[in-house]
Amino acid sequence: MPCGDASTDSTCRAVVRSLADVTATLPTPVPTLPDGFVAVVKQDCPTCELVVPALEQIAAGAKLTVYVQDDPSFPASLNPIDDTKLEVSWHHEIETVPTLLQVRGGKEVDRTVGWSREQWEAFTDVTALAPDLPQMRPGCGSLSVDPNLTDELTVRFTGSTLTSRRIELAAMEDEMEAAFDRGWSDGLPVVPPTEARVLRMMEGTTRDGQDIVATVPPDLNDVTVEQIAINAVMAGCKPEYLPVVLAAVEAACSDEFNIHGLLATTYYSGPIIVVNGPIAARIGMNSKGNLLGQGNRANSTIGRALQLVVRNLGGGRPGGVDMSLIGAPSKMGMAFAEREEDSPFTPLAADFGIESGEDAVVLFAGHGPSAVVDQISRTPESLVRTFAANLLAEAHPKLVIGMDAMLIVGPEHGRILREAGWDKARLRAELAPLLTRNSDDLLRGVGGMEEGLPAAFAGVEVPKFREGGLQIVHGGGDAGLFSAILGGWVGGAKGSDPVARRVTL
Amino acid sequence: MTVLLDPTAGKAAASIETVPRPSSLDGLTVGLLDISKPRGAEFLNQLEMRLGAQGATVQRYMKPTFAKPAPVDLRHEIASNCDAVIEALAD
Repeated sequence: MPCGDASTDSTCRAVVRSLADVTATLPTPVPTLPDGFVAVVKQDCPTCELVVPALEQIAAGAKLTVYVQDDPSFPASLNPIDDTKLEVSWHHEIETVPTLLQVRGGKEVDRTVGWSREQWEAFTDVTALAPDLPQMRPGCGSLSVDPNLTDELTVRFTGSTLTSRRIELAAMEDEMEAAFDRGWSDGLPVVPPTEARVLRMMEGTTRDGQDIVATVPPDLNDVTVEQIAINAVMAGCKPEYLPVVLAAVEAACSDEFNIHGLLATTYYSGPIIVVNGPIAARIGMNSKGNLLGQGNRANSTIGRALQLVVRNLGGGRPGGVDMSLIGAPSKMGMAFAEREEDSPFTPLAADFGIESGEDAVVLFAGHGPSAVVDQISRTPESLVRTFAANLLAEAHPKLVIGMDAMLIVGPEHGRILREAGWDKARLRAELAPLLTRNSDDLLRGVGGMEEGLPAAFAGVEVPKFREGGLQIVHGGGDAGLFSAILGGWVGGAKGSDPVARRVTL
Repeated sequence: MTVLLDPTAGKAAASIETVPRPSSLDGLTVGLLDISKPRGAEFLNQLEMRLGAQGATVQRYMKPTFAKPAPVDLRHEIASNCDAVIEALAD
């Protein structure tokens, strides 16, 4: 059953319970080791059993403290300290048992792992150490790094840093269905946001989990890094994508971008994220084949994370504030990397004051794509006319200035421009006259179409796009004489302006 | 047992101010909300008679179950039509 407002839905109250005692716990501090020698062992380890005589010999002449990870009575002769909670082992990064440490003034000065008579004798200054033992024996895996325990331990020792409400699922509740039932999903399955997954996600940023990133419309909630991380987990992001997601949320929630209006409009558009800079390749984004399609985790999940943030943290969703008539598949989430390596252009972010080579996102309100086919042009003079003809038809051939657009130039088209020395400025300059028409041709009623410009606008030269209304980027696969248009939305103060933000880790 | 973190903003309840208490019920409309406890109606019948004697016009309402808050529409209707409300809450 959907659990929108838990305070009024008593059925939800039964399954939604705040684990107040967990969230109130202080973060676990690193336990101090006692001075002298410290051994960490487990009973279920032949090497640990083997070295008991050696430990006894060391203890006879020096201070030795033994911590045991499983059976608190092992080894009986050495008064072991119970570390079955693995607090000491985890905090001191014990990876092998036995590990023998030397501690001075509460600080570890040295350690050795496994059994080696030579190393242990040098370590402890004891001669003829356990002569009946073999020369050496490798250790076993420490329980504190057991893959089956990793998540549980991470949550145990760092989980209290998370402040979000915990939701306990009923024993028979399917965790995938749980998200659908609670209205968290955009229609596709989401990754269940467990504490361990969210903690791992937050390792993707140096920002503190309680940093406020943005005020998200329409509910205008101040949202934190942690809350965004939860939705990034659900989207399927990897931790290294999180800085891009955070920058995108910031950009989207700026006044200039106006995500609130974009969400509420009856128009098709949604937020589109273009990524520039080396981070794109580092996190495995796609700038090439099937650029806007399926198949690349980073592209698919980064856009989706922003959409889930607006849905779950902002409260904006279809059937509610989202009034889009037809929408677009791009509203599920759209993010792509601009293909910078062989581009005829400087990166999109450079148009917004962020230098080429810097990691950045640019948010654009748009939808699409629509096709721009030109398999015959081999000169830029011809190609630019194809671009113009397609751009003039965007939204409606007889409508101008109201809507923005983005032209994605495919690499084979881009090569034609590059080889002729046409950069972005040149392309814009050549497009400008081609995108300008006499308004008489666009008036209402002309061509039998009632849509068009009001009669009052007769007799003037009008550009298709407002100043700054057309964005140009480079992207797509290696082979194919195609480009694409992403239709925009209302530009400027009544609508949205593209917004760029640097990505910081 | 799976524990998930809440991906929503989990809004805190807004604080609500009550309207000032009227100094007299004469000429006012008073709503009586029956919360569906057994024989609550009998108790409210008595209240209705006494309130009528003080000059109030009484509107009777009922919510479907005492276990849940009143449905939003019912609350809205009551708020729109009444100057004061008495809700029976006892066994």
